[in-house]
Amino acid sequence: MTRFVLKRTGGALLVLLALSVIVYSLFYLAPGDPARLACGERCNPQQIAQVREQLGLNESTVAQYLHFLQGLVAGRDHSAGAGLVLHCDAPCLGLSYQTDQQVTDLILTRLPATLSLALGALAIWLLVGVGTGVLSALRRGGITERLLTVLTLAGTGTPVFILGLLLLMAVCAYLQWLPFPTYVPLTEDPEQWAWNLLLPWLTLGLFESAKYARITRSSTLETLAEDHIRTFRAYGVGERALVTRHAVRGAVAPVIALSAVDFGTMIGGAVLTESLFGIPGLGKTLIDAVRVVDLPVVVGVVLAIGTAVVVAGAVADLLYAAADRRVALA
Amino acid sequence: MSLTLERSAPAPGAVPPGAGAGRQVWRRLRRRPSAAVAAAVLALLVLLALAAPLVAHLTGQDPNTYHDDLVDSARGGVPIGSFGGISADHWLGVEPGTGRDLFTRLLYGARVSLLVALGAVAVQTAVGVAVGLAATLGGRTADQVIGRTTDVMIALPMLVIGIALTAVVPPDFPRPLLLVLIIGLLDWGGTARMVRAQALALRGLDFVDAARLAGSGKLRIARRELLPSLAAPVITYAAIKVPTAIVAEASLSFLGVGVKPPTPSWGQMLSSAQTWFRADPAYVLLPAGLLFTTVLASTVLGDAVRTALDPREGSRLRVGTGKERTG
Amino acid sequence: MTQTLVEVADLAVEFPVDGADAYVRAVDKVSFTLEEGRALGIVGESGSGKSTVAAALLGLHRGTGARLSGTVRVGGTDVAAATPAALRRLRGGTAAMVFQDPLSSLDPYLAIGDQIAEVHRIHSGASRRAARARAVRVLDRVGIADAARRSRARPHEFSGGMRQRALIAMALACDPRLLIADEPTTALDVTVQAQILDLLHGLREERGLGLLLVTHDVGVAAESVDELLVMRDGSALERGPVASVLAAPAEAYTRALLAAVPRLDGPRASRSLPGPAPDSSAAPVVEAVELRREFGRRGRRVAAVAGVSLAVRAGETLGIVGESGSGKSTLGRMLVGLVQPDSGLVRHGGAPATGITSGVQMVFQDPVSSLNPRRSIGESIADPLRAAGERDEAALRARVGELLERVGLEAGHYDRYPHEFSGGQRQRVGIARALAPRPRLIVCDEPVSALDVTTQAQVTALLAQLQRESGIALVFIAHDLAVVRQVSDRVAVMRAGRIVEEGPVDQVYDRPVHPYTRRLLAAVPGLDPEQAAQRRSSRQEALATA
Repeated sequence: MTRFVLKRTGGALLVLLALSVIVYSLFYLAPGDPARLACGERCNPQQIAQVREQLGLNESTVAQYLHFLQGLVAGRDHSAGAGLVLHCDAPCLGLSYQTDQQVTDLILTRLPATLSLALGALAIWLLVGVGTGVLSALRRGGITERLLTVLTLAGTGTPVFILGLLLLMAVCAYLQWLPFPTYVPLTEDPEQWAWNLLLPWLTLGLFESAKYARITRSSTLETLAEDHIRTFRAYGVGERALVTRHAVRGAVAPVIALSAVDFGTMIGGAVLTESLFGIPGLGKTLIDAVRVVDLPVVVGVVLAIGTAVVVAGAVADLLYAAADRRVALA
Repeated sequence: MSLTLERSAPAPGAVPPGAGAGRQVWRRLRRRPSAAVAAAVLALLVLLALAAPLVAHLTGQDPNTYHDDLVDSARGGVPIGSFGGISADHWLGVEPGTGRDLFTRLLYGARVSLLVALGAVAVQTAVGVAVGLAATLGGRTADQVIGRTTDVMIALPMLVIGIALTAVVPPDFPRPLLLVLIIGLLDWGGTARMVRAQALALRGLDFVDAARLAGSGKLRIARRELLPSLAAPVITYAAIKVPTAIVAEASLSFLGVGVKPPTPSWGQMLSSAQTWFRADPAYVLLPAGLLFTTVLASTVLGDAVRTALDPREGSRLRVGTGKERTG
Repeated sequence: MTQTLVEVADLAVEFPVDGADAYVRAVDKVSFTLEEGRALGIVGESGSGKSTVAAALLGLHRGTGARLSGTVRVGGTDVAAATPAALRRLRGGTAAMVFQDPLSSLDPYLAIGDQIAEVHRIHSGASRRAARARAVRVLDRVGIADAARRSRARPHEFSGGMRQRALIAMALACDPRLLIADEPTTALDVTVQAQILDLLHGLREERGLGLLLVTHDVGVAAESVDELLVMRDGSALERGPVASVLAAPAEAYTRALLAAVPRLDGPRASRSLPGPAPDSSAAPVVEAVELRREFGRRGRRVAAVAGVSLAVRAGETLGIVGESGSGKSTLGRMLVGLVQPDSGLVRHGGAPATGITSGVQMVFQDPVSSLNPRRSIGESIADPLRAAGERDEAALRARVGELLERVGLEAGHYDRYPHEFSGGQRQRVGIARALAPRPRLIVCDEPVSALDVTTQAQVTALLAQLQRESGIALVFIAHDLAVVRQVSDRVAVMRAGRIVEEGPVDQVYDRPVHPYTRRLLAAVPGLDPEQAAQRRSSRQEALATA
């Protein structure tokens, strides 16, 4: 088991390094002059040259990347012109072109909103999604199952932003049960935090639930068709116990593993939901940065998201192996 | 003396259905009414999208002509009339703010959405099959490098990278093509993994060993023994990826980094509808409904194709119902 | 007076097929009874409906869409009319089932002791703790050493034989009156099979259990039951005391079935046919020198073949026999060049060979995967000819047609696809493909183990005949000692990657030297029920001396 953990962790680190090279080169070597972008619309050539000097864009690309890595590991200094030097602590992802704010700080301030959203959604899909899946496996062949299947199918067919828009229209505009959500940090007012996140949670949670209901149902049914279920049926175990005690176990490992991956992706930013509800999380940060071509922020957020996803992938593998011991042994 | 023929389980990776399976698959497909309905809906949509210029000509409307007289500028540009300004000229009403004809815009939007999705799936499939086969036929090292790369491609959130990429692409690059490339070149991991797994399973079957003993070379084995059996799973996978690609295009356009106005696409229309849903709900519901229908229909169809081709479908049916019936 | 335990009258079972409202009849008007404490064997080839009958005894067809008619009474309960609760009491409580594949028949996620405790609690209502203690006791009874500790293991941590013992323990835990065993030893090696059959026999004597044994192996039935029911295509052909059915079968099919069963004391195909005897002075066609091959990753490497040397001459058949994991298949693949040895050397016609060499062919085990489902069989057979440079289509077709006729098929089958053929026919196609390039050596890896016994006999006879005609060297790999004896001139017994004994067939089978060979031979079930008890005790002795 220890070997498996070490191997998987090493692999994840390697992937992250490769990702940083790719992302860095893609964005900084792309057509368009970073110096011009950093300086803004009304810069004259002289100013641009100055900015280029400050950003170290005259160095070779390899040197630039190494500096970038150095910043990540040990921090680095940025000259902000006019003899001003800004220190950027490790892990340094650079400074925003727009605000000169450290990208790492920016990401850290945006993280709580994203985490709030992701945690609530996780709870909903584990409850609603997995619950629906188990229920429809229990009631297979009945009207309940057919109804749930139709609902699940409709859920799979609905893009998350349509679901969100419809919920907004129905709950806020017509029924007026809730005001239009605005993000309130948990530390400020827990009650308002929850009320304002209710719709985003429902949107993201229900959207993901459709997928989890499908997976739970199909894994359970697949296990139900396996030979060992026949054994227990032949020993007088009732149908309900067959499903809840034996068949559902087949769904545990995939659901846990997939949840880890999805949660990781969401920490990386549920871009659509955040953008629709105006939640100031990582995803919204990315979209805003893309609109004004703030490259350090874009690169930083993409790397942060990549990290979240890779870590989540590794965690998913470990959880899967723990849930299904045959994997680690194989 | 152990296994009997009829019960011998398919070898790992499931032996692909034989030549006679085609008819069986077709029969299974036809027995699912939902699949038939989905196929009909999609066919109608594709037809309408193809005929969009013709329809526009017939109705006498143009997707990009402003009709200031049809919107109430005093109320911020809400269409005059009920249900978003439905009239004999404008069958589905007009766009709030501009007064452009909604029906023709939706049709032209369908062209973009479907074209981008199909183009992206074509790119994904081509890249995926090439990469997957290269992994199987190349050496051990090639397989490992490709395997890791594929893992990373699958893990990366395509939407996020796609959004980020739009920041560095020159603004004059044609957007639909950009979307095809982004969705196509970022989302081939699944296809590649599937092709590799299938090809590996096939390569482990005895008939490939028999071909080797017969003196067939690597390429001959790939062409004669592997590729014919890969066609079915590749087509299935592509069918399943179509709705994903449609949603990806809509999402990017919804976020404002996809198709740029004035070119209409469903996602882009929904994006501008965000500010109107209180004043003009029809403007939200129409593209949302179309998008929903299209995604649902292609999901149902892809699912039907998959189950029709899946040899395990039979075993799933045998699970039976929850309540044991007497007799 | 003995009580009737099972009463089946006019049982018919129909399964829905892949079309609306179409049914296929799997069991047709089968009737039989089984008295308390007696043992009945249902034998038949695949598709005879024997397992379907066994499943019907426990009402396992409920809810699957199958249509049943006739009556089935087990322990006084009418299975068709029973309420779900009564049915659950019957299952396990009155009649317990032991399935074929012990790995897939146990829940992979739960400890074995917990699984046994679960079914025990259902029928006894015992407390968790008591049920767990009971599980350990029954595991101990079926011969699991250190039962208390092993009861916490999961199925994958058990060997095949131990899993089958655990399944039997599960049956015992419920104290049933009837044991239904559906091919209980089919997935096991022959030595383990003998142990399991002995265990079942001991349990029956100890507890007075009734036994319904479903098997395709007449030998297994002969060892274990009092009465025999022969099934074919869903119908019961004949029924009677096991000794009389085996000694004087009334039906032609039963006679054919019994004749096809390979026996350790039966006639040998290789001797019964005319032809030149292998020339022992000629240079060997293939020679293996100290072959060694390991598998697995560092730290857990296992030598599949650990130093094997052998030689086969033209016109000679070398049988290689061994249980699963003995390395016999890996050895076969190294002989043809599909697997490269880690060390050692293969010589073809005296010249060292690496990789695939012309003049060497193979016949595979699985008739399903050995032919490409998407190519016509003619194309598959023509492959080696095309690779050898033959371009003339007419000549190709003529040669393939000739080969097809030689293996007992028709020349016109060229354009047919594999799924249009039965398993035995597909093996014939595989043999034709191997013959096509006129090889010097053919390695057959379990060529008949996936076939029914009557088909098996035909394919073995074909192989022997072809070999005599063409004088090629044949290596025949199998786990079945009787089959190997039928076709081989010499035989090598493999165990754990090594050859433990090698010699002429008569010598190895009649005067085995190595204790392992003796154990193997003692484990093979014979067709004479009279000798079953004697063989059981000789097995105990062999085990004691080993």
